[in-house]
This record gives sequence, C-alpha cells and structure tokens, in this order.
Amino acid sequence: MSLVLDNLNVNYGSNEVLKNASIKSLNTGSFTCLLGPNAAGKSTLFKAIAGLVKPSSGSIILNDVDISTLSRKERAKKIAYLPQSFHSNVSLTVFESILLSLKHQSAWRVKQTDLLQVSTILEQLSISALADRDICDLSGGQQQMVAMARILVRSPEVILLDEPTSALDLHYQLSILSAVKELTVTKKIITVAALHDLNLAAKFCDQLALLSDGRIKTQGEPEDVLGLSVLAEAYKVTTSLELTSGGYLYVDAQLAG
Amino acid sequence: MHQLSYIDNGLNATNQYQKRSIKKIRLIGLISGLLILSVLVDIATGPGNFPLTTVLDVIWDKTSHGIKLEVIIWDYRMPVALTALVVGAMLGMAGALMQTILNNPLAEPFTLGISSAASFGAALAIVMGVGLAPNVGSLLVTVNAFIFALCTCAVLLGMTRIKGVGTQTIVLFGIAIFFAFNALLAMMEYSASETQLQRIVFWMLGSLGRASWQQLSMGSLMMVIVLPFCMSRTWRLTALRLGDESAISMGVDVKRLRIEILICISLLAATAVAFVGIIGFVGLVGPHIARMLVGEDQRYFLPLSAMLGATMLSITSIVSKTLTPGIIYPVGIITALIGVPVFLIIIIRNSKERFE
Repeated sequence: MSLVLDNLNVNYGSNEVLKNASIKSLNTGSFTCLLGPNAAGKSTLFKAIAGLVKPSSGSIILNDVDISTLSRKERAKKIAYLPQSFHSNVSLTVFESILLSLKHQSAWRVKQTDLLQVSTILEQLSISALADRDICDLSGGQQQMVAMARILVRSPEVILLDEPTSALDLHYQLSILSAVKELTVTKKIITVAALHDLNLAAKFCDQLALLSDGRIKTQGEPEDVLGLSVLAEAYKVTTSLELTSGGYLYVDAQLAG
Repeated sequence: MHQLSYIDNGLNATNQYQKRSIKKIRLIGLISGLLILSVLVDIATGPGNFPLTTVLDVIWDKTSHGIKLEVIIWDYRMPVALTALVVGAMLGMAGALMQTILNNPLAEPFTLGISSAASFGAALAIVMGVGLAPNVGSLLVTVNAFIFALCTCAVLLGMTRIKGVGTQTIVLFGIAIFFAFNALLAMMEYSASETQLQRIVFWMLGSLGRASWQQLSMGSLMMVIVLPFCMSRTWRLTALRLGDESAISMGVDVKRLRIEILICISLLAATAVAFVGIIGFVGLVGPHIARMLVGEDQRYFLPLSAMLGATMLSITSIVSKTLTPGIIYPVGIITALIGVPVFLIIIIRNSKERFE
C-alpha cells in the first residue's frame, strides 16, 4: 500500500498555492515529515489529500486508486486529518469527543467494543486521567493530545498531522511523536506530519519532503535531505549537520548572512 | 503488572462514561416528569382552580364531572396547556439547532430576526390587509407571519450557499435582518389606526390565548416530522461542534447538514411564531440550561433543549395566570422577564472565557 501525489495543483481564486507538487511513493509503516517555511502550502497539501479543498489538476493515488473517485465516507475512513487549528469551546468530555470520532457515521447506540477502543487509545497516549474532563477546560497542549487521540482511534490507513506538536511541551512532544511512530509501524499506517523542528523530524521520521513555494523541492531520508543547500535556501538559514553520540542527526541552523 | 493497571484504567474511563450516560438519561426522565406535572397544573390553573385529581378524571373521561368542566378543560385549557408544551419544545429545539450549526450560543429565532420578520408580516396583514397567500380568510395574520418567517430563513439559507461566507457572517446578517424588520414594523405601527395598533401590540406580546386544537395538531405534526429527522443526525451535529475542518475530515457533508438543519429550524420557528406570536428567550435559555446539564452530545442535548423549552413555557403559562388574580398576562412578557437575567449570565460567562 502506498500514497503518491502526482502533479497536484491547488488554487485559491487566482492565487496558486500548490504548483505541480509531487510526492513519490510513501509506504505503509512510514513516518514522513513535510518540511517547509510558513505559507509554503503545507496545510493546503494536507487539505487536498483529506478532501477539504479540491485540486484544480493532478491526482492523489492511494493503493493504486485515485482518491477523487472515493465517496466522502470512504475517504474519511481511509484518511484522518488533524487540522492546525483544533481548539474547541464545545461542552463534551474527552471520552465523548473520542467516541464521537468513532461513531459519527454509524448507529445511535454505543457498543461495548467502541468503549474499549476509546479507553485503549486514552491509555496508549497516557491521557486516561483526562477522560471525564470537558475539552473546553483543558490546556492547549492537552487539547492537542485529545485531538491526536480522536485521529488515532479511527485506525485509518493514512494520518495527516498539521503541526501536531505546536502547543506541546517537550515531554508531550516526545511522547506524542513516539506514540505516532509506534502506531505507524504496528498498525501499518502511512503518516505524514508537518513539523518545524528539524531535529525532531530527523529523530522520528523515516523520510523528509521539503515543500517550498508550492512545489516539493526534494524528498528522501533525513541524512540525505538535511544537508542539502535547497533546505537552507527555503528557510533562509545556514545549516550544519552533526551525528550525535546517540546516533541521531543534529541540525544546527543560523540566520543566513 | 503494567498490563493490569492498563485494563484498570480503561475500565475506569469506560465506567465513568457509562455512569455519566445513565445520569443524563435519568435527568431527562426527571425533566419529563416535571413537564407532565407542569402541564397538568397549567390545566388546573385559571380563573377557577381545580384539584389535579379532577383534571385527571376529566382527561380520562370527558363527562365524569359534567359538561361545564368538560368544556373548560377540553375546549379551553387543554389546547392552551398543550400549545405551551409544543411551542416551547419547538422554540427550544430551534434554538439548540441554530446554536449548533452557527457555532454561536446567542443564536435563536428571536435574535436572528426570524421573529421580527414574522411580526412585520403580521402587521402588514393587520394594517394593510395585504396577504402573501390568497384565500386564507381569518388566518391571514398567521399565514403572513409564517411566510415572512420562512422567507427570512430562506435568505439565511441562501447566505450559507455563498462561497466564503462563514457562520459569524450569517449571525451578523441575522442581526441586520432583526433591525431592518423592526424599522419596517415601526413604520407600519406609525401609520396604523388605534385599533390596528392595539392588535399589532397584542400579537407581538406573544399569547397562548389564540391556541386551538387545529393549530396544536399542526404544530405537533411539525415536531413529529422534524424531531426524528434531527435525532438521526445527532452524531454529525456533535461532530460539527468540533469545527468544520474536523467534521469534514470525519466525512460529514457540512454544507448539506447545515442546509437540512436550517430547513428544520425554519419550519419549527415559523410555525411557533405564527401560532403564538413573539416569545423570546425560550430558544436561548432552554438550550443553555440543557448544555449546562448534559453537555453537547446532541443525543441528549437536543431532546433536553426541547423539553426544557416546553417546561419553561408551561411554567410561564401558569405564572401568567396566577401573578394577578383575574388577569392573564401574555406569556411573551413573562418569558422575556426570565430570559433577560439568563442572557446577562451568558454574556458575563462568555466575556470571562475571553479574558482568561
């Protein structure tokens, strides 16, 4: 199973946001980081895959099937998307909101297996203690964890995470990315996440894709992408790459002259 | 050991959820009981008060206490008490649905101009004798109010079809409609004769005095159609409260859902306002209390909003008859008096959240 983006174009009126963006085969069990400066088109790319915006041309192929041919329900079953803005003032408990993610298409009654699935994901993300609290009473970071749980509980084939760690402290950043990485491998999911921290990207992701000015400039393994001048140019910085004693890549970035 | 604590925590979260759900169902049962009691007291109360046992006897067997009581209870008091129930439920439900699809706790038929449009329609019929539907005879005022309310909903519906128009714009547009129709209404009142002015004011005050079995059956029919339709969409409506992007990514056809629900709101609000005139705040207060009691899982929120709206209007009907012996106040006055303090609490709560 794989996900391929072929010459994707998306316009907002006369504004071309994605210009022939292509991503080579992303396989099951792979965790890809979508890098790119602000306003590069990362969110638009996610929205196009999730069906929130319609591409003007190009195709998104999942498992040899063009996803534009799928029904709304079929697409939602296969692809889960965590938007950048997830804050909500809704009066629902954490448990109810995750259950909702499972039940939104189906019957009125809640089955015992649904409840078990919700409690399992709460445990996997170490947020069981929040189960009975209202979402609107949670901190930004806690809300982000709950939003992640809502995505993961659906057991989709593809997970799209738009800056999933933006409101999290260091502990939760590591905890959530570890959980995503583990679930990606064990449940054979294709995960794509937009991250701004190059070191976190290097640590957790198998592949990096750089989106700049609406185009995918490069795609490859972290050690191949992080040292490229095209990355430094996209962010307008200079970078140097080191291998730490723990075997991780470390990127040191400085503002360009 | 780790595995054991894992199962324990999971069971704990599940148990908490199940306990909460049972609590909500019990609460709905309790409110239902309160509503039935309130309707019976409403029937028993009036210029002549009857014991509840007598009321139950006459409801069970019309002729059990003679023709006089049969006429009073079956022909006068029951239509009024049951209209309070049905209209209150319609307004509570319309308010809850509107707040959900527009993501705004202050949205309801009254604040979004639907009631003002109905008032103008009624005034047009009273002052100019102009009707939008032919050959409706004595129902001219009611039909005009219904059509104007429905047209306003259609305009709001049209707004949702315009690309790039968000829920906040629709709310602002509704407020603009409110002011526009109020200005037109004032113009109509200015040119009305003394008798016509009296009729407009009386219509606008919102009164259950116009209730009849015919109107009641039409209102009930509307509820029988709309309630199951909306209840079959409760999960999707709850998903909508997590934001449009989240709902769409869950596979919810957000645009279609909004249109379907706005049509339901139109039918509920237009029918309610055409039958009893302007009754403000029931659509605001009912859902607000329901939200505080059961949260926004729409499986509980929608029916409870309807029940609380019905209970509120039913209690208001009792208060309107007992406040001053011999005088029945229009219920619109009483609901507004209760509604204003609640409205203020909502505003204060919201501004607190904004500053935190």
